[in-house]
Amino acid sequence: MIPGPAKIHIQRVSKAFAVDGRQAPALVDIELEVAEREFLCILGPSGCGKSTLLNIVAGFVQPTGGTVLVDGQPIAGPGADRGVVFQEYVLFPWLTVAGNVEFGLALKGVPSAERRRTVTRYLDLVGLGGHAAKFPVQLSGGMKQRVAIARALANSPAIILMDEPFGALDAQTREVLQDELSRIQRVEHKTIVFVTHSIREAVYLADRVVVMTSAPGRIKQVFPIKLPEIRDRFAPDFTQYESEITRVVKEEVAKVHE
Amino acid sequence: MLAETQPRRLESAPGVANLAVGSFVSSVPELMEWGLRGSALPRRRALTLRLGSVLVFLGLWCLVSGLVVLLELFNPIFLPGPWMVIGAVIELGAKGQLWVHIASTLERVAVGFGTGAVLALGLGLPAGYFRAVRNLVEPVVELLRPIPPLAVLPLFIVWVGIGEGSKIGFITYATFFPMFLTTVHAVRQIDPLLLRAAQSLGARPTQLFRRVILPAALPEILTGVRLGVALSFFVIVISEFIGAEHGLGFLINDGRNFFLVPQMLGAAIVLGLLGWSGNEALRLLERRLLRWQHPG
Ligand SMILES: Nc1ncnc2c1ncn2[C@@H]1O[C@H](COP(=O)(O)OP(=O)(O)OP(=O)(O)O)[C@@H](O)[C@H]1O
Ligand SMILES: [Mg+2]
Repeated sequence: MIPGPAKIHIQRVSKAFAVDGRQAPALVDIELEVAEREFLCILGPSGCGKSTLLNIVAGFVQPTGGTVLVDGQPIAGPGADRGVVFQEYVLFPWLTVAGNVEFGLALKGVPSAERRRTVTRYLDLVGLGGHAAKFPVQLSGGMKQRVAIARALANSPAIILMDEPFGALDAQTREVLQDELSRIQRVEHKTIVFVTHSIREAVYLADRVVVMTSAPGRIKQVFPIKLPEIRDRFAPDFTQYESEITRVVKEEVAKVHE
Repeated sequence: MLAETQPRRLESAPGVANLAVGSFVSSVPELMEWGLRGSALPRRRALTLRLGSVLVFLGLWCLVSGLVVLLELFNPIFLPGPWMVIGAVIELGAKGQLWVHIASTLERVAVGFGTGAVLALGLGLPAGYFRAVRNLVEPVVELLRPIPPLAVLPLFIVWVGIGEGSKIGFITYATFFPMFLTTVHAVRQIDPLLLRAAQSLGARPTQLFRRVILPAALPEILTGVRLGVALSFFVIVISEFIGAEHGLGFLINDGRNFFLVPQMLGAAIVLGLLGWSGNEALRLLERRLLRWQHPG
């Protein structure tokens, strides 16, 4: 089912957190390959370890067992090859929109003329062309998240990790940003791991949807989404996927409430 | 029934008092909001109000000291009118002395506060970021901090003599603690997600420090610096009371020795003006550096 060579290989990754002096497992034996240019969505009940898994791939958190390989090499901490978009609109408030977008390029010492071109390109891509000189406090939530996406893209990482990036947005803005992300991916062809609670969002965006079990998180089932690149949220096969995945997710959510 | 309840109500007078206090306190957020929204006052009106309050104060001062003279309440030397104070200041200025005193006070403040700031930032930034450094430095600071700086002034004099060293050291000592503590706190309150975001954009440790930790901690650090400047002017006077030949604190003490009340008040007012200008200058700097907080 994997369309290309594995870009990310999550190899038997486990994670336990010390809670009251005891080790509480959060992730158990996660084995997952993400292909180059693949859009992978992760679904699962709250607290099942989705963020933990993403943080391990980002290099923020060390797994207790297993390794994460990127291009066959074990990762060593966070790095510019894996861009991250957080749920909490994490922008540098003291930098303008342009300053935020060019942050990674400035770190690399890219000359300013080239930086400006890149900033313009990605701000246009996320539909914020006229807002380069604004500061984050002047933006709405949706605009902030667009800037965060532009910032991640402008640094041209091969991989982008997104943890519920649209989770805090209203339904309309959310669908607009889904459309934009889907359009951007058709241009940029990143390898994306995207955590979400919305099954609709997952089916709309993903090449494959991974459903995790309730805590401690394991992989329960993987759904390849065989839908056209440009998707229609009301097409019968779309809703078919939606209800199929909903059924599986519900089984796990029910376990949490038992 | 009614007759019974009434006296009880009277008995609960303390409760009523509490209520009154309570209602006053509950209006504090309201007051604060009012104060915070104060800046929305038209600029000209705000300026008029400020000028007005200064003039009213001067007017009252004139009135009271004038009444003292007119009604011969007590020796007017105890409460000279503003004209006499201004006269004393002008006289000192004309003789060229005032500038010497101002300069030596400012020099002590600059060196003492500057050293305090460098030490506070130099220790506070790493102590905020590295737990190991914090565990090393903080216990000592916590141990020394509750000692009022005044209590160590005599010690400084014993250790480094009565000259410039003890005066400057005293300011450094007094200003170090608040600036150190605000710096540590400023770094510790940085959202860890900002660090993660920068790291996954490729920031190496030195870049992280310069491009994220410093700017993210800056607002609170500046508040601490402002506190430090205010404190410098606060403590410099005391150290200039002892064994100084120049400085505004010396002028005040000198005025006391020779019963020159206008000179005492004049020096105090000049000190107040200096402290105020320092604070205003820092606020201007703050507004420029932190424009991102209130752009547009
Ligand atoms: N730093 C930590 N220390 C201790 N326990 C942690 C830590 N981080 C996460 N956990 C625990 O690990 C489990 C998984 O947490 P995680 O945040 O990965 O869940 P999630 O699937 O992202 O949930 P949600 O959908 O609510 O975001 C939870 O039980 C959580 O309490
Ligand atoms: Mg999460």
